[in-house]
Amino acid sequence: MHMHKYEKIWLTFGIACLFVFLTVIGVSAFAEGKQPPSCLTTIDPEKVDQTPPFNKPGLVKTGDNEYQLNIVVSAFAFTPNQIEIPKGAKVTINVTSKDVIHGFEVAGTNINMMVEPGYINTITKTFNQTGEYTILCNEYCGAGHHMMTGRIKVVE
Amino acid sequence: MMNETVKVDRRDAKLALAHIYVAFIALALGGLAGLLQTLVRSGKFQLPAGISYYTILTTHGVLLGLVLTTFFIIGFQFAAVSRTSGTFSNRVRFWGWVGFWTMTIGTATTAFFILTGQASVLYTFYAPLQAHAGFYLGLTLVVVGSWISGFATFVHYARWKKEHPGKASPLLTFMAVTNMVLWLVCTLGVAATVLIQLLPWSLGIVDRVNVLVSRTLFWYFGHPLVYFWLLPAYMVWYAVIPKVIGGKIFSDSLARLAFILFLFFSIPVGFHHQLLEPGITPFWKYVQVVLTFMVVIPSLMTAFAMFATFEAYGRSKGATGLFGWLRKLPWGDARFFAPFVGMLFFIPAGAGGIINASHQMDQVVHNTIWVTGHFHLTVATTVVLTFFGAAYWLVPHLSGRVMTKAMNRLAIIQTVVWAVGMSFMSGSMHFAGLLGAPRRSAFSTYGNSPQALEWIPYQIAQAVGGTILFIGIILVLVIITNLAFFAPKGETEFPVAEAAEPQERAALAMDNWKLWIGITIALILIAYTVPFIDMIQNAPPGSKGYKLW
Ligand code: HEM
Ligand SMILES: [Cu+2]
Repeated sequence: MHMHKYEKIWLTFGIACLFVFLTVIGVSAFAEGKQPPSCLTTIDPEKVDQTPPFNKPGLVKTGDNEYQLNIVVSAFAFTPNQIEIPKGAKVTINVTSKDVIHGFEVAGTNINMMVEPGYINTITKTFNQTGEYTILCNEYCGAGHHMMTGRIKVVE
Repeated sequence: MMNETVKVDRRDAKLALAHIYVAFIALALGGLAGLLQTLVRSGKFQLPAGISYYTILTTHGVLLGLVLTTFFIIGFQFAAVSRTSGTFSNRVRFWGWVGFWTMTIGTATTAFFILTGQASVLYTFYAPLQAHAGFYLGLTLVVVGSWISGFATFVHYARWKKEHPGKASPLLTFMAVTNMVLWLVCTLGVAATVLIQLLPWSLGIVDRVNVLVSRTLFWYFGHPLVYFWLLPAYMVWYAVIPKVIGGKIFSDSLARLAFILFLFFSIPVGFHHQLLEPGITPFWKYVQVVLTFMVVIPSLMTAFAMFATFEAYGRSKGATGLFGWLRKLPWGDARFFAPFVGMLFFIPAGAGGIINASHQMDQVVHNTIWVTGHFHLTVATTVVLTFFGAAYWLVPHLSGRVMTKAMNRLAIIQTVVWAVGMSFMSGSMHFAGLLGAPRRSAFSTYGNSPQALEWIPYQIAQAVGGTILFIGIILVLVIITNLAFFAPKGETEFPVAEAAEPQERAALAMDNWKLWIGITIALILIAYTVPFIDMIQNAPPGSKGYKLW
């Protein structure tokens, strides 16, 4: 199959860029640990209220400046939905759904994950700036989908 | 140039036109829904009579994402195959009609359950939201109908091969067959989740459904779906546009190779829609991200071929300088102008796609309105403008009429209107998405959140863009109605370009379906077997159905 010389140059350049891209993504994922939320832990979606840590949702201190934030997501609410976090805290957020699929997004941050019944999902974030962030559901879940909301306040 | 007088047989033309009519009816209704969505999201308008935003959105997604595309594509491909491989046998045409009616009845059934509010589950129908069984049944009929049409195409292709031993299949036929192979392989996934999981569950035969398995089967289908939309646009770019401008196909065999690469790399990649999900390990997500990025290769080949064709043509007309050839292109011809504008929009669209498929950046934009902005560039501009550009010769060719100068001018205006409207709508969707505004959401200030209030100006810009786009839809409907029923009678050419240097042997080698399908299946098995078994072995308790709308 004949290929024009310029096309060979173009494709070589393009494929080289492609491998640079993939290497950047791969290194930051596997070497630097910047993986997307991919928790494998399962849970019975009908027994969320009885299963720790979701039987007592909320913020729990787990170490020096380290916290766990456990949030139950259901149609159409986050529990809890008003959260205060001390500035500089490293927070591991665990979420699960009691009914359908939801999304967990903290607008203006990289906190963004799918919440699916039967699974726990998790992400860790250090809050370095004070301020107020909006929590919202970004996967359609029914008539009240756009009413699901909450606030994270990062305080001194 | 014996090609010029070749006409699609009248009986085949009727079959193709029937599909195209349904596609444009879907565009009219779906476009109205789109307009209403942008108005609602601006916060200045409420739907009357308690109609739900999500009913409208389900209508829009199903009619435009599934119905418009599938019907136009099958109609166009029937015409292209009949044009390049000869008139269908009565049997093939009969099955083509069976396919058409199966899809049409399916569409009507699904539309009924959506519009009566029994299926506000959006066009992705993620379980455990549970629609009325009729919704799933209707979709099944649409898919089954498309399979029947796919097999009719294969039978016709096989007959051509038998009658022309040792010859490479005509390029457009080859491409249509590739696209239908892609469609058949990928729809197996959605058929599996609908028939094995969702339909029995919605009928109450089983209580519970495995949510992650269902989503995974859906996305095994959902990504190749977008290539099923795109490849017919590429058929027009590769095999028709060169003829429209008066040039030649840059390379016939490289065009075939690009199509086969799309077949390989569009299916084993569904996880890039599931990057932020629990239950799938990061390793397998990354494997599929790597496979996803491989489509960059045929995309670059396509970009090269297009611009090489344009430049070679311009230079053959005496253009000089680095960009002098641009001036030689037929800017006043809507058959060229509309697809060309579509190509231009594909440049930012492709860049956006690379962002979406990258783990870490997807974290920022996943499920924000950025994504909606992205696919209104890809499918709702690049693909749709190319389809419009194709309809400007295909519809009059099939209806035995000609496009008047006035209609051509209107079509140029239509293209500009679409480009302007989409720049507003999609542009502001991209910006609002970067700020965090979610997709698939009716207007909300999220309890007067200062962040959400910042999104409102962008939502108003979306409504402005949506209104302009709706004017674009009215214009194209005027043009298509004219070309189908009112334009002067006459002969319109179905343009099919010839290769600059025919490479019969290389092209013939590409008719090797056993090999291509074998590689396709192997890649799918590599990408999916282990994570899929994991999903089933480590499954949580299943979910019962919810009707939360
Ligand atoms: C008048 C022109 C159009 C307008 C104003 C429009 C507007 C919109 C808006 C505002 C949304 C997002 C709503 C939301 O997420 O809440 C949307 C979604 C969508 N649009 Fe369009 N659109 C138009 C044309 C098209 C075309 C031509 C296509 C396809 C060929 C298309 C396919 C889709 C799809 C598949 C969705 C996703 C639905 C979902 O997320 O469930 N749109 N459209
Ligand atoms: Cu939700």
